[in-house]
Amino acid sequence: MKKTIITVVGKDTVGIIAKVCTYLAENGINILDISQTIVQGYFNMMMIVDTNGMSKQFGDMADELAALGEEIGVVIKCQKEEIFDKMHRI
Amino acid sequence: MINRYEVIETNEMIEKENLDVRTITLGISLLDCIDSDLQKLNDKIYHKIYEAAKDLVSTGEEISREFGIPIVNKRISVTPIALIGGAACKTVEDFASIALTLDSVAKEVGVNFIGGYSALVSKGMTPADELLIRSIPLALSTTERVCSSVNVGSTKTGINMDAVKLMGEMILQTAEYTKEADSLGCAKLVVFCNAPDDNPFMAGAFHGVTEADKIINVGVSGPGVVKTALEKVRGENFEVLCETIKKTAFKVTRVGQLVAQEASKMLNVPFGIVDLSLAPTPAIGDSVADILCEIGLEYAGAPGTTAALALLNDQVKKGGVMASSYVGGLSGAFIPVSEDQGMIDAVVAGALTLEKLEAMTCVCSVGLDMIAIPGDTKATTISGIIADEMAIGMVNQKTTAVRLIPVIGKGVGETVEFGGLLGYAPIMPVNQFSCDAFVNRGGRIPAPIHSFKN
Repeated sequence: MKKTIITVVGKDTVGIIAKVCTYLAENGINILDISQTIVQGYFNMMMIVDTNGMSKQFGDMADELAALGEEIGVVIKCQKEEIFDKMHRI
Repeated sequence: MINRYEVIETNEMIEKENLDVRTITLGISLLDCIDSDLQKLNDKIYHKIYEAAKDLVSTGEEISREFGIPIVNKRISVTPIALIGGAACKTVEDFASIALTLDSVAKEVGVNFIGGYSALVSKGMTPADELLIRSIPLALSTTERVCSSVNVGSTKTGINMDAVKLMGEMILQTAEYTKEADSLGCAKLVVFCNAPDDNPFMAGAFHGVTEADKIINVGVSGPGVVKTALEKVRGENFEVLCETIKKTAFKVTRVGQLVAQEASKMLNVPFGIVDLSLAPTPAIGDSVADILCEIGLEYAGAPGTTAALALLNDQVKKGGVMASSYVGGLSGAFIPVSEDQGMIDAVVAGALTLEKLEAMTCVCSVGLDMIAIPGDTKATTISGIIADEMAIGMVNQKTTAVRLIPVIGKGVGETVEFGGLLGYAPIMPVNQFSCDAFVNRGGRIPAPIHSFKN
C-alpha cells in the first residue's frame, strides 16, 4: 500500500471535502482516514489515502489538487507518508 | 498511524521555519578519465559527468515534490583535478581548460555548483599540484560554477607551509582577477586542514580517492527549526536546552536520510553519508547566530559564545547520529559571516571580531568562512590567518577551513554584496601586525604528537 498524506488548510466554505473527495474518487484514490477540525473559522483537514490504484503520476496528482485548492480558496498539499513516519517514529 | 499534530509540526517546519535539504551532491570519480592527451581528457570528463548526472536535477525535483520538502541545491563533486590533470596539463591554461569543461557540463546538467577543482597537498606538492594551485585564479575568473579547494594540512602530516604561503598569494590573485564582481572568485575557494572526502557542501566538496565510482551525499539544514524549538524552552536549564536541540536535530536529520535513500534508489547510485550540519542562509529565520542569541546571548560574539556554540554543535551531532545510518562530511554548525543575517548583524554591532570567530572555529565546523576583509591585506597576512586556522584543525583533529574574501578596492566599514545564497558582508578589520618572516620561512610544520594529550 502506498500511503499519501493530503492536508487541506484554509478558510472554511461549503463543499471542500466534497470537491476533494470527488477528485480522489475519479482518480481511483482510496481514502483510509480523515480527520478534520475548524479553528477560528479556519478549515484544517488531514487525509490518509492509498494511491496504489491511482492512474496518474504522483506529481500530476499533487499539481491538480493544488490547483483545485486554489479554486476553492484553500491550500492542498500531498506528501508521501514516509516523511512523517521517518521524522516522528524511530 | 501518523496523527494530525505530527503532520502539522512537520509542515510548519517546512513552511515557517525554513526546513530544507540543503544539497544532494553526487560524487563522481574521474580516475578512469585520466589521459595524457588534454583534449581526450576533457572529452572523457565531460561525458562521464554528463552521463552520471543528467538525471540528478530532475530526480531532486521529483523527490522534493513527493515529500513536499524543498531540496535547495543539486550539486556535483569530482576527484581532485590535480590528480586527474597531472599527466596532460603542462601549463596553468591547460588546467584552466579542465575548469571550463567542468563549468560547461555543470551548466548542461543544471547543477549550480561543481566542486573538486582541488589539490591535496597536506605534506608536499607534486608539480601538478602546484600548477593546479597556480591556475586557480584563472580557473575561478573564467568559470561560474566551479568551486576550488586545497587541503594544506592534516593531523597526521602537519601543515605544508609552502602551500599555505602560496595560497595566501593565490587568494589575493583570485580576488584581483575577479575584482569587477567584488572579488567573488574567493567565495568559491577554500583552504582546508583535515578535509573530508565526502563533504557535500560547497565550496569545499570533492570526491575523495577512497570513495566509490559514484556516491550520493546529502547535506541537511534547519537552523530555523532549532531556533523555533528553543523559543519554547526559554529560561529552562541546560539539560532541557540540550535535549531540545538533540530531538530537533534528530527530526531534521531523518528528513535528510529519507531524501538520501530515495535519491540513491532513483539514480541507482549508492548512498554515501548524511552531513549533519546546521547550514544558515541569508534568509531571515535561517540563522545559526540567532540560535546562539536564543540560547542567551545578546549577539553572537558576546562572552559565552564559544561555549554556546560548543554545546549546540555537540547536541546536533548527538541527535543526528542516531537519525542516519551513515554520517560524514563536515557535520556541525556552520558559522559563515556573509551567509547568516545574525552574524552580519553581530559584526555591524561590533560584537563579533575575526579573533572571536577563530575561537568559535575550535568547537564547530568549519572555520573562518565567507569573511570579507580589506582588499589591501597582504598575502602573508592571509597566509598567517590560514596557518592559525590550520593549526587549530591539526591539533584538535578536526576539519578547519578558511574562505576569506579580500575585496579589492574596498576597506573596513564598507559592505560587499555577493548575491543569492552567498549573501552580503561588512568588511572586517584584520590585525595589521606583520607575520612576513614567519610565513616566508618555507617548509612544513611537523605533525603534532598524538599521545600525551594533557
